[in-house]
Amino acid sequence: MKPAIRVENVVKTFGAGEARTFALKGTSLEARFGELLMIIGPSGCGKTTLLSVICGTLNFDSGRIEIFDQDLSKMSTGEITRFRCKNIGFIFQQFNLIPTLTAVENASVPLLLNGHRQRAAEKTAAAVLDQVGIGDKINAYPNQLSGGQQQRVAISRALTHNPRLVICDEPTASLDAASGKKTLELLKARALQPDRCVIIVTHDSRIYHYADRIVEMEDGHVIGIHEDPKNFHHA
Amino acid sequence: MLRIALKMLFRDRAKYAMLIGGLTFCSLLMGQQTSVFCGLMMWTTAIVRNIGAQVWVMDAKAEQANEVVALRQIELDRVRSVPGVAWAVPLYVGIEQARLSDGSFQNIQLVGLDTGTFTGRPARMLEGRIEDLRLPNAVLVDQVAVQKFRKKGIALKIGSVFEVNDREARVVGICHASRSFLGQPYIYTTYDRALEYARPQRKMLTFILVEPASGLTPQEVSERISKLPGLRAATLDQLFWETCLWYIKNTGIPISFGTVVILGIIVGIGVSGQTFYLFVHDNLRYLAAFKAMGARMPTLAAMVLLQAFFVGFVGYGLGMGLTAWFGTVVLRAEQPPFYMPWQVPSFVAVVIIFICSFSAAIGLLKIARLEPAVVFR
Repeated sequence: MKPAIRVENVVKTFGAGEARTFALKGTSLEARFGELLMIIGPSGCGKTTLLSVICGTLNFDSGRIEIFDQDLSKMSTGEITRFRCKNIGFIFQQFNLIPTLTAVENASVPLLLNGHRQRAAEKTAAAVLDQVGIGDKINAYPNQLSGGQQQRVAISRALTHNPRLVICDEPTASLDAASGKKTLELLKARALQPDRCVIIVTHDSRIYHYADRIVEMEDGHVIGIHEDPKNFHHA
Repeated sequence: MLRIALKMLFRDRAKYAMLIGGLTFCSLLMGQQTSVFCGLMMWTTAIVRNIGAQVWVMDAKAEQANEVVALRQIELDRVRSVPGVAWAVPLYVGIEQARLSDGSFQNIQLVGLDTGTFTGRPARMLEGRIEDLRLPNAVLVDQVAVQKFRKKGIALKIGSVFEVNDREARVVGICHASRSFLGQPYIYTTYDRALEYARPQRKMLTFILVEPASGLTPQEVSERISKLPGLRAATLDQLFWETCLWYIKNTGIPISFGTVVILGIIVGIGVSGQTFYLFVHDNLRYLAAFKAMGARMPTLAAMVLLQAFFVGFVGYGLGMGLTAWFGTVVLRAEQPPFYMPWQVPSFVAVVIIFICSFSAAIGLLKIARLEPAVVFR
């Protein structure tokens, strides 16, 4: 079966001349359909850079990235943006919910970006918020919600337009253990479908067992792929 | 996404209020000061507009309508002899002193109209008839005279009597006239009687008012008259602008008003530009999130432009509304001067558009440089 995402020998550098730093040094990995893939590793190992190049928010210097049979290196910036808009959902570490928008308005943003009408977008977003268990908070502003509830709004926002790839950057970093657990359970239950893929970048060893596979990185390289996360114990 | 942009703007109440306040104040300052400046210019040209003749003939050295360089009486006949002049009549304008019944004094602007035709008569009579000027010692007073005399405890009405240079003047009518720059009331009488009221001088003719012959424009006739030695003619429009420009060039009025208008622009750019920049800056992380989620630059640009121009539109509306309210109040009191031609709101609109464009450009520049990957940092 073809992988959902294929990353081959991707190199990404920052700066120039003597200040040039290699963030990714020929990184390769694959993510499968229906899989929750976790990327772990110490700070500065290139996890977030890898995530950024996979979703096309950052250009890479060389190598090849294929997402759902689309070769990112052959796409223009506009095409990548449109592709991202339609196919990728984002969950950020700091949630990045707009404080002046209600939960339902925040969750409807990806649909609006995809050209849906406001009323229809908010109706769909309200249904997704209901599915993640905060149907009674749709008109609340982010500052009226707990961290866990905010993360649920962020998950709703990531799922509301039915993306095929959900990208999560440290989704449990700002949450307590219970909320983190609930978030992962929710992600597995709502985001993971046979035709979808979820990639999580995390430091949080408490959630490793939710992964289907774990990719371990160090110094811009993939140093290991663990097929059995339940028995994985990070050093 | 445009509705989202507006919601983001409205719900950031402090910055929204600051933006609207800054632009309202800027519009008010520019609109009000420019209108007062225009009003002042209208005051300087009051005599031209009150008389309303198509062609004005004056001494060759007279630079503007309020500069009285008297002509010899014979000049009237010279002007009448110019081909293309249908008719020409004399006009006396001079500042005299009126003595009121209680012994107090009031400076007045005495206007002597051609006795036969009353050319240059007030456009609007509030009380009485212009024809009554032919009665002995008859004068018309304007509404400013009524107000000024009232302040001195004298109720000026038809039949009231006062003195002009020790000669009796009897009020036979009250008219409405545009207020003069120095605020002296206009007292109208016949040309012959005006010469009697005025202090005698060798030359007493202030202006010659000319009507062009049929088929000729005021400009053509004015050019013909100006060829006469020692005389200069100007059309009504020319004299109006010459007078305005004289005050602009020779007084500090434009500098003081211009300074306030520039301050208004600086306040607008400073307060609104800076607040809008802060608004965009504060939302940068969320705009980056939008970018990461697939918002294209035209969408984000439309959002920022809508926000900038919405506050501009509201601020402009409120500012011009307050200016109009100010105008309504002061027009009732007739001072300070206020005149808002269509050019004033247009000028303010252009400046507000500039401020909004400037503010939006700063924000857009920041967004354009923004890497969507910043949301992962």
